[in-house]
Amino acid sequence: MENPNPIQPPRWAQRFLRWYCRPELAEDLEGDLHEYFERNLARRGPKTARLIYILDVIKFMRSYTIRKPKLAMFNFTILHNHYKTSARTIYRNKLFSGINVVGLAISMSVGLLLIAFLAELKSYDQFHHDYDRIYRVINMHQRLEEDPSPYASTSILAARKIREQATGIEAQAVLRAYWDKDVKVGDKTMPLEGILADEGFFTVFTWNVLAGNPATALKDLNSLVLTAKSAEKLFGTTDVVGKQVVVDTANFTVTAVIETPPLQSHLRFDMVGSFVTLDNRQLARKDRNWMKWDQMWQNYIYLKLQPGTGAAALEPVFARISEEGNQSLENERITIHLQPLREVVLGPDMSNQIGPNFDERLTWILGGLSVIVILSACFNYTNLSIARALRRTREVGVRKAIGATRSQVMSQFLLESVLISLVALLLSLGLFIFLRPGFISLDRIFNDLVTLKPSGSTYLYFTLLAIFVGLVAGILPALFFSKLNSANILKDPSRVKLFGHLGFRKALIVFQYTLSLGLIVAVSIGYRQYSYSLAFNLGFRTENIYNVELQQNKSEVVMQALAKVPGVVDVSRSMYVPCTGMSWTGNIRYKNPVDSATLYYNYVDSSYLRIHHIELLAGTTFKPGPKTSVRDAGVIINQKALHFMGLQDPHDAVGEEIRIDGEAVTVIGVVRDFHHNTLQNPINNFAFRYYTPDLPARWGGVVNLKVNTDNPQLLVNDLESAWKQIDTVHPFKGMFYEEKIQKAYDQLAGMMKIIGFLALLAISIASLGLLGMVVFTTETRLKEISIRKVMGASEINLVVLMSRGFMMLLGVACVLAIPVTYWLFDRVFFSGITYRAPVGLMDLFGGTLVVFGLALLAVGSQTLRVARVNPATTLRNE
Amino acid sequence: MKGSHLGEFEELVLLTVAALLNDAYSVAICDELERYTGRTAKLGVVHAVLNRLEEKGLLKSKLGEATRVRGGKRKRYYVLTVPGKTALVRSREARETLWRRIPEFSLKLSKG
Repeated sequence: MENPNPIQPPRWAQRFLRWYCRPELAEDLEGDLHEYFERNLARRGPKTARLIYILDVIKFMRSYTIRKPKLAMFNFTILHNHYKTSARTIYRNKLFSGINVVGLAISMSVGLLLIAFLAELKSYDQFHHDYDRIYRVINMHQRLEEDPSPYASTSILAARKIREQATGIEAQAVLRAYWDKDVKVGDKTMPLEGILADEGFFTVFTWNVLAGNPATALKDLNSLVLTAKSAEKLFGTTDVVGKQVVVDTANFTVTAVIETPPLQSHLRFDMVGSFVTLDNRQLARKDRNWMKWDQMWQNYIYLKLQPGTGAAALEPVFARISEEGNQSLENERITIHLQPLREVVLGPDMSNQIGPNFDERLTWILGGLSVIVILSACFNYTNLSIARALRRTREVGVRKAIGATRSQVMSQFLLESVLISLVALLLSLGLFIFLRPGFISLDRIFNDLVTLKPSGSTYLYFTLLAIFVGLVAGILPALFFSKLNSANILKDPSRVKLFGHLGFRKALIVFQYTLSLGLIVAVSIGYRQYSYSLAFNLGFRTENIYNVELQQNKSEVVMQALAKVPGVVDVSRSMYVPCTGMSWTGNIRYKNPVDSATLYYNYVDSSYLRIHHIELLAGTTFKPGPKTSVRDAGVIINQKALHFMGLQDPHDAVGEEIRIDGEAVTVIGVVRDFHHNTLQNPINNFAFRYYTPDLPARWGGVVNLKVNTDNPQLLVNDLESAWKQIDTVHPFKGMFYEEKIQKAYDQLAGMMKIIGFLALLAISIASLGLLGMVVFTTETRLKEISIRKVMGASEINLVVLMSRGFMMLLGVACVLAIPVTYWLFDRVFFSGITYRAPVGLMDLFGGTLVVFGLALLAVGSQTLRVARVNPATTLRNE
Repeated sequence: MKGSHLGEFEELVLLTVAALLNDAYSVAICDELERYTGRTAKLGVVHAVLNRLEEKGLLKSKLGEATRVRGGKRKRYYVLTVPGKTALVRSREARETLWRRIPEFSLKLSKG
C-alpha cells in the first residue's frame, strides 16, 4: 500500500488502550485491533469500524491486560516529611504566607457565597416526592413577527386538552395565582395571600397534611385549605377542619390544614382555594374568554409524568395541541412546552413567574466574575512562589540528589499550596459569615430567596473549592520546581534560570490590574447611569408627590380621608404609578382597520394632569363630576399616539375617534410626550383613560397626594393614622414618588453593589500581589541599591529606578482596561437601554487614579524603605 | 493446579499454533480456527487463551518485524514449547486409548 488509508481508528481510544494496557502487551494488541479495524473498514464502512474498535478497546480491559497501579504516591513517611517542610516554610515566611492566605481567603469568600447561594437555589422544591418527574407547562407567546417570549403561565384550555389527549401523565395540577383575599372569621379579618388549585395539587406535589383528607380537600365548591401558620393566625389552633370562614363575601369551608411550606418552595401561599369555585362561576357567567387559548396569563399547570416517560415523549402531543389552539388566533402564536421543576427557580427568565425566580444567566456572570477574582488570587500565589524560587532551589536539589522523583517534588509543592488554601478556607469562612447579612440585604430578591445557611454537603463543596484553588495556585510552581536539574542547582544555584519567567509574571500583574481597573470603571459607569436615571427629566413633576396604594379600598373614601391631613394640598388618583417599571397595554387603531399598534395607558382622574404638571397641548382634561363610563369620558393621548394617527397638529386630533382594544373612544385632549416607563424603554404611544369608581377594585389603584410640608416624617405618620381610620386590615403602603422611582432601579443598584464589592476584592488582591512582588524585588536588589547609593545615587533616583517597571505595568493595564470596559458597556450591557448617561472622563479615570494611588503607596513605601537603608550595613556582610 | 490439563479450546489453539508453524499470530490463529472448526473465534477470547497458555509455559512468543500494515505495529508470533508439544501428544494419546476401547458397532450412525 503506497498511500496509507487516511481513515484511522479513533485516536482517543488508541491512547486509552495504551494508557491502561501493560506495556509488554500493548503493541501487538494495538496492531491486532488495527488489523481488524482495516477489515471492518473495507467491509462495513468507517462508522461501524470505528465503533467496533472502541468497543473492542473497552472489551480488552481485563485483569491480565490492565497495568498495576503504582503506589508510590502513598508513601506516608514521605508525605509526613512533605507536610513538615511545608508547614515550616509557611511558618518561616510569615509575610508571604500572610499575603497568600489573606488573598486566597478574600477571593474564596466570594466563591463560598456563590456556592452557598447556588446550592440553596438548587435545593428548592426538592421536598416533593418524585421531584424529577414533576414538570411545569410553559407557554411561548409570539405576536406577529416579534421574537417569541416565554411565560410561566398557561391557559385553562391547555390543561383540559392535555388531560384529554396526552398519555404518560400520572397527575395534573391546575393552579391560579394571585388569589389574595381578606379572610373573615367572626369579627376578625386578615388579608391572606392565596392560590386556587384543583385536586391535582395533592397528587403532583407533596404537602404534609396535618388534618383533613387530601383526596377530597379541593374537590368541592368553596373549599379552603389553610397552612398551619394561617390557621394559627385566624383561629389560634390548627384543629379547624369543617369550620366556616368568609373569603371576601363568599362562605368557604376549611377542608384541610397543611404544614406551612418551607422557604425552599417556589409555591408560596397562606391558603389554597378550590379551583372549581372559580371555574364554576366563570362557566355560569358564560365567560367567553374563560376557555380561550390566549387566556394564558394567570393559570399554571404542573404535571407529574409516569416513571419512564421523558419530557420529549410529550412534545409531539403538545405540538398538536398548540396547532389546534393556534387556529383560533389571528396575530399571535402560542405553543406549550414542558419545563422541569428543578429549572423553575434557577432557570431561564420568564414572564408571569409564580414565586421567586433567579435568572440563570446572572449566575453565569456572577460565577465568571468570581472565578476571575479567585484566579487572580491564585496568580498571586504562583507569582510569589516562582519569584522566591531561588531560596528553595537548594532544597529541591538536595531532595532530588537523594532520590526524590519528579512526581514527589511536585506533590510536595502541591501539598504546600493546598495547605495554604485550607488555612485560607478557615479565614474565608469567617469572612463568609461576616458578609452574609450584607449580601442578603443587597437586593430585595435575595432576602426573599435564600438564607445562605450552608448544609453539610455545602461544606463539602467549600472544602473541594479550597483544594481545587490550592491545586490551581500550586500547579505552576510545582511544575517549575520539579523540572529543576539537581546537578545544576547544587553546583551553582545562581545559574538557575529564574528570570525566564519574568515575562509571565509581568503578564500576571497586568492581568490583575486590568481586571481591577475594569471593574472600577464598570462601577463608575453603572453608578453614573443610576444617578442619571434618578435625576432624569421625565417630562412631568415628581417632587412632593406621595402615592398611597388603595389595597382594594374605595378610592373616594381614601381620597376624602387623606385630603384632610394637614400638609396635603391636592389629590388625584391613578391606576398605577408611571416610570416605576409597571405598565398597562392594549392596542390602538385609527381609521385604517389593519394598522394597529401597542398603546400604553393609565386610568387617571381629572386632577392628575394638574398635580403632575403634565402639559396639555390641545383639548381638555377629564371633566370632574358624576359617574361617567370609561368610554364616555373619552381619552387623552400623547404626541407619539398623535403621530401614530398620522396627525401633526394636536388640535386636529381632538374630537377624533380611535379604537382601544376594539372599543371606540373620542380623543378629548393631547398632552406633550413624557416618560411613562423606566429609561430602558423609549416613549411610546400612550393614553390617559378616565378612572371611574366602577373599575374593579382588584385592578389596584393609587391615590396621588400633592403635599407641602417641612417635616415629611410627621406627614407620613399623620397619613398612616388617617389610613388606620378607614382600613384596619391592610397595613398602610405609601411612598414618595422619588423613592418609588429609586426602587425601580434597585436591580441596577444591586448589580453595581455586587460589582463594586468584587472590584474592592480584586483591588485588594492585586495590591497584595504587587506588595509581595515589590518586597521581593527590593530585597533581592538590596546590594545593587547599596552600591548605587555609595556611588552617589539619591534616594529619589533609587525610588524612581525601582518603581518605574511596576508603574509601566500599571500603565499597560490601564490602556487595556478602560477602552475594553467602555466598549462592553456601550455595546453589550447597556445596549438595551434607550436613555443612557453620557460617560465623562472623570468616570473613566477617577477610579483609575485611586488604584494608581494605592499602587504608588505600596511601591513607594517599600522602595523608599530600601533606599534609606545605610549601604554600610548591607555591604559589610559581604 | 489446572496447569496439567488442557481445556478443549486451549487444545484447539495449541493445535492451530502448531499447524501455522512460523506464521502463528493472534489474527491468523483466529482466522484459521474459524476456517477449520466452523465456529466464530473472537479475538478477545483467543488473546486471553494465548496469554494463559504462555503463562502455563506451553507457548512462547516473540515480536516480529514492523510492517506498514497494522498501523506500524509488530506482530507477536507464538511457537510451541517442549511442554506444549508434550501436552498435545499426551492428550492425543489419551484420546486414542479411549477410541480404541470403543466397540465398532456402538458408533454406527445408522438408525436402529
